[in-house]
Amino acid sequence: MKPVTQHKIEKLERLAASTAEPGGVSLLRDASRRLARNPVAIVGAVIVLLFILVAALAPVIAPHDPVARYAELTRELTVDNIPGAQAGFPFGSDPLGRDFLSRLVYGSRQTLFVGVVATALGLAVGIALGTSAGAFPGRLGKWLDLGIMRVTDVMLALPSLLLAVTLVAVVARPSQWTVIVAVALVNVPIFARLLRGSMLAQRESDHVLAARALGVRQGAIVLRHILPNSVGPVIVQATLTFGTAIIEAAALSFLGLGDPDINRAEWGQMLGVDGVRYLEVRPELAYYPAIAIIIVALGFTLLGEAMREALDPKNRR
Amino acid sequence: MQARRLRATVVVAAVGALLVGAAGCSKSERGSNSGKTGGTFVFAGAGDPKNFDPIFNDDGESFRPARQMYDTLIQHKAGTAELAPALAEKWESDPTGKVWTFNLRKGVKFHDGTDFNAAAVCFNFDRWFNMKGAAAQSQMIYYGDVFGGFAKNEGDTTGEPIYDKCEAKDDGTAVVTLKKYKGAFPGAFALTSFSMSSPKALQQYNADQVKQQGDSFEYNEYANAHPTGTGAFTFGGWDKANNTITLNRNPDYWGEKAKVDKLVIKIIKDETARKQELRAGTVDGIDFPAPADAKAMQGEGFNVLPRPAFNILYLGINQKNNPALKDLRVRQALAYAINREQLVQTKAPKGAEVAKEFMPKTVLGYADDVQEYKYDPAKAKSLLAEAGATNLTLNFYYPPDVTRPYMPNPQEIFTVISNDLQAVGIKVNGVPRPWNGGYKDDVQKLGKHDVHILGWTGDYNDPGNFAGTFFGRGKAEFGDESMTEMFDVLAKADAEPDQAKKKAAWQQANKDIMAKFLPAIPVWHSPPSIVVGKNIKGLVASPLTDERFNTVSKS
Amino acid sequence: MLRVVVRRLLQMVVTLIALSALIFVWLRSLPGGPVEALLGERATPERRALLTKALGYDQPIWVQYGKFLERVVTGNFGNSIRSGDSVAATIGRAFPATIELSVAALIIAVGIGIPLGYLAARHRGRILDNVIVVGTLLGIAIPIFFLGYLLKDQLTQGLHWFPPSGRQSVGIDATRVTGFFVLDGLLTREFDAAADALWHLILPAVTLATIPLAVITRITRGSVLEVLGEDYVRTAEAKGLRTRTIRGRHVLRNALLPVTTTIGLQTGALLGGAILTERVYNWGGLGSLISDSITGSRDYPVLQALILLAAFVFVVINLIVDLSYALIDPRVRVG
Repeated sequence: MKPVTQHKIEKLERLAASTAEPGGVSLLRDASRRLARNPVAIVGAVIVLLFILVAALAPVIAPHDPVARYAELTRELTVDNIPGAQAGFPFGSDPLGRDFLSRLVYGSRQTLFVGVVATALGLAVGIALGTSAGAFPGRLGKWLDLGIMRVTDVMLALPSLLLAVTLVAVVARPSQWTVIVAVALVNVPIFARLLRGSMLAQRESDHVLAARALGVRQGAIVLRHILPNSVGPVIVQATLTFGTAIIEAAALSFLGLGDPDINRAEWGQMLGVDGVRYLEVRPELAYYPAIAIIIVALGFTLLGEAMREALDPKNRR
Repeated sequence: MQARRLRATVVVAAVGALLVGAAGCSKSERGSNSGKTGGTFVFAGAGDPKNFDPIFNDDGESFRPARQMYDTLIQHKAGTAELAPALAEKWESDPTGKVWTFNLRKGVKFHDGTDFNAAAVCFNFDRWFNMKGAAAQSQMIYYGDVFGGFAKNEGDTTGEPIYDKCEAKDDGTAVVTLKKYKGAFPGAFALTSFSMSSPKALQQYNADQVKQQGDSFEYNEYANAHPTGTGAFTFGGWDKANNTITLNRNPDYWGEKAKVDKLVIKIIKDETARKQELRAGTVDGIDFPAPADAKAMQGEGFNVLPRPAFNILYLGINQKNNPALKDLRVRQALAYAINREQLVQTKAPKGAEVAKEFMPKTVLGYADDVQEYKYDPAKAKSLLAEAGATNLTLNFYYPPDVTRPYMPNPQEIFTVISNDLQAVGIKVNGVPRPWNGGYKDDVQKLGKHDVHILGWTGDYNDPGNFAGTFFGRGKAEFGDESMTEMFDVLAKADAEPDQAKKKAAWQQANKDIMAKFLPAIPVWHSPPSIVVGKNIKGLVASPLTDERFNTVSKS
Repeated sequence: MLRVVVRRLLQMVVTLIALSALIFVWLRSLPGGPVEALLGERATPERRALLTKALGYDQPIWVQYGKFLERVVTGNFGNSIRSGDSVAATIGRAFPATIELSVAALIIAVGIGIPLGYLAARHRGRILDNVIVVGTLLGIAIPIFFLGYLLKDQLTQGLHWFPPSGRQSVGIDATRVTGFFVLDGLLTREFDAAADALWHLILPAVTLATIPLAVITRITRGSVLEVLGEDYVRTAEAKGLRTRTIRGRHVLRNALLPVTTTIGLQTGALLGGAILTERVYNWGGLGSLISDSITGSRDYPVLQALILLAAFVFVVINLIVDLSYALIDPRVRVG
């Protein structure tokens, strides 16, 4: 296998291995205790919580309807003049005469939605692939493992954006879902590798061996013993993935391959479409969503990295 | 640093030009050299030309260099869509409109030194008519549109040719005979596609050869590297790695000789990058600035030259897909529901106007007194109720990924229009389709839509080129096979050779379209612009994007 | 060994043929296509039919594919539908542009990333370290197209420090040899052309370098920290070796091993980033070619060749790596 891919794989396997040790529960407790003392983790967690809070309370926070066009704003609106702050509209207008602040607030919802669904979808498919690769013993299992891992290796080796662009470009109907699926696709091999590593590490662990000795069916073992014990690394990876997911969605929008419905406010789209187009007319249209994306991506990255550190067996003393 | 460098280059070039100019003064061109400034004029285009043989091209980016290197028999007066003499000093037709006599300019030479004369004109006309092979014929878009067909048609569906013959009466008189009258003439003679090429060069470089290479075409040496016309510039070269086309001043041009020594067309696809290059001084002019940037650039001292709008954006209505749309009242309700004044004010480039009908004011046959549909949501609602279409749902197709001269931002236009429609109680299903990924196929070929946005930029000043193109016959786009009454009206207007009668017939047709048929809703005429630097003089923006750079000077 | 190589080569050919068939059929099953792209608004039914016939799209798809294979065997990938240029020439022009950009970005990322990471590790926990770490986090979190726009807006508009786009100024009469503009300038001794090309290269390369730079800095930092804690470094320190010797001979050399792997890893990511960067700076490379031939003209011949080329490169590299592992490491059995 290509050495570069090898490195990606090793990194994932190290993370996966962190669950291999017996006593997963106490390990998690241990890790969360370490996490609570880490300032980096706290900053990340606060950002993430705030983001989720804003998204949840968007209708309460937003002063206006995010899709309605307001006469106050359209009156002065021309193609080269987008009205700024005025009474009732502290952030002014967007390019269509809608309330920019409300769109930013509601944008957190769509961004959260795209990020969560893309991550979850990548995770679900990754779990399916990873568990079927790692779960079955015997000759058939080995072949399955080999086949699935070959495919995921190829996907890991390709530049992620290229993968996403190709997918979005060659579907017949662009929509919010093509973006989500494209971003999810990029993450499938990562989760698959992670799950597989975790499965392999646990297959030989004491409690799984015990369950098998007791005659528990293979499927039940996977569901009841192996998967729950892989939760830690999966959460870490999912957290990290979320950060990159919203950046990738923004990149797709910038390339003209994003969600075509501009009634829906989403930060990546606000930045990649309107922000870039009207950069000189009203730079805020680019700056605010960009700052929002950066802060949120940063929050998820901080939290994810801190969690990874906490789970890393090397840091356990 | 960059600007300084460039200036240095320009100075060197200018000194060189002076020396060359001084040497050339002993010859005959002293008199016509007035206003020559020398230097290099760098203009940023928005896309690659396909090749340099205009007959095989139909797009503005391919025509841009072609217009500098070639001339047509008749040309458009700078800045208008009116006809003016070019290679033909005079032209006239017999009363039937079938026999066209061209009195040619004398002493004109092609870039390869051969004479331009009646034989050359006929050589070109015969070359087009006799072109062989599906590959070549399928690329002659305008020829197919205007002249109907070829000596030997490759496709079963290509129509009857209307070209009959071309005779050289004498060196200076060419007579082109058509099989039947068509309203497109004489305007169509001014199409860049019908530029005059040197017969010698055409033969020497296998101009008729378009080889089919599997699912693509390979052009010949003439089209790729040896375009030979009579124009104000000669071909220099195309550096494809750096996206620049270089043209040189033609010192023997018959008309107003170019004021600059060199014309460089730099291809910059991104509109932001074009603007930034202009600011950085690395280019002298740009085409198609983003409408949003026009004001700022004006403020910085650049000359923003809006082209008189010669296009139309419309909301198309497909009566076949959605039976409710067969009812004229429902279509009228759509027209009343859309706040076009506001759309023009908020989203169109400066100088745009609400379209009253399907052609701009400057076109023959424009009627000022058509039925108008001023924004009136209450009336729209009552019309819908009257027609029993209160529960109307529309599949609204739009292309999210394209910019056209008449449609700078389809996503925004779609969003605004659909908001307006929703406000009168119509349910709108937005259906985005990529421009080259099925949009035009879906709306023009398959007619899958209920309503859609599309438009058109005129090629020459003829009503048939506007309304006739849209509504002259049954099309899947409007699903109106049954609107034979409308087709008849338009066909009659198009077949009228007498100009005064033709005008009246088209005015009536326009009124009928807007009052009786309303097969679509005209939205706006939107002027695309050109921007040039402060030191650039003499560029005249053309409604047909037919700009000639020989008049451009740089100080 | 030979048998293995032959078998792998056969496998490779089969894989590529299968892939080419898949791409061929998939592309043609999509709505729209070159006919639609070429005709624009003026597509009459007659015109569509004629062009469809001229391009051979009216034939059954397996006939089209057979003809395609026939041509590919003779090394002919057809012509670009848009330009009529051969596909080989089209890709051959774009390829050096992207490589030039990527190499420049990599030089920046490595040249700055390693010292920065080392510096951060040496000053662990102090302000410098914190600033660098936060910087790397930002570098990863910032969408690079936005960064590109910001840089371009600031440095090429108000301040005319850099040219805003493209690879070479108009008016420089450069001779093209390799297609790498900087290299060409040096080879032909047209130093003004080389300097000009370099000048155009800097901003795009910096933009493209941000993510690899951040990643390399972080990895270097972590790796140096790890090595600093190793026994042999402590031993060396205890032995009283000069700090410079320790750093040069022990710390850096050992710490750089994982960094080299990361650099390799980032090379792939660079190609993804190049799509965005090339778009921002109007850089005529592979990234632009891909997006142009997808959204612009649906240029099937170019797209097909690009995807196949990517697959081919991947398969070949894989093969070479597998074989070289077998040669270097006797424990690995190729099979």
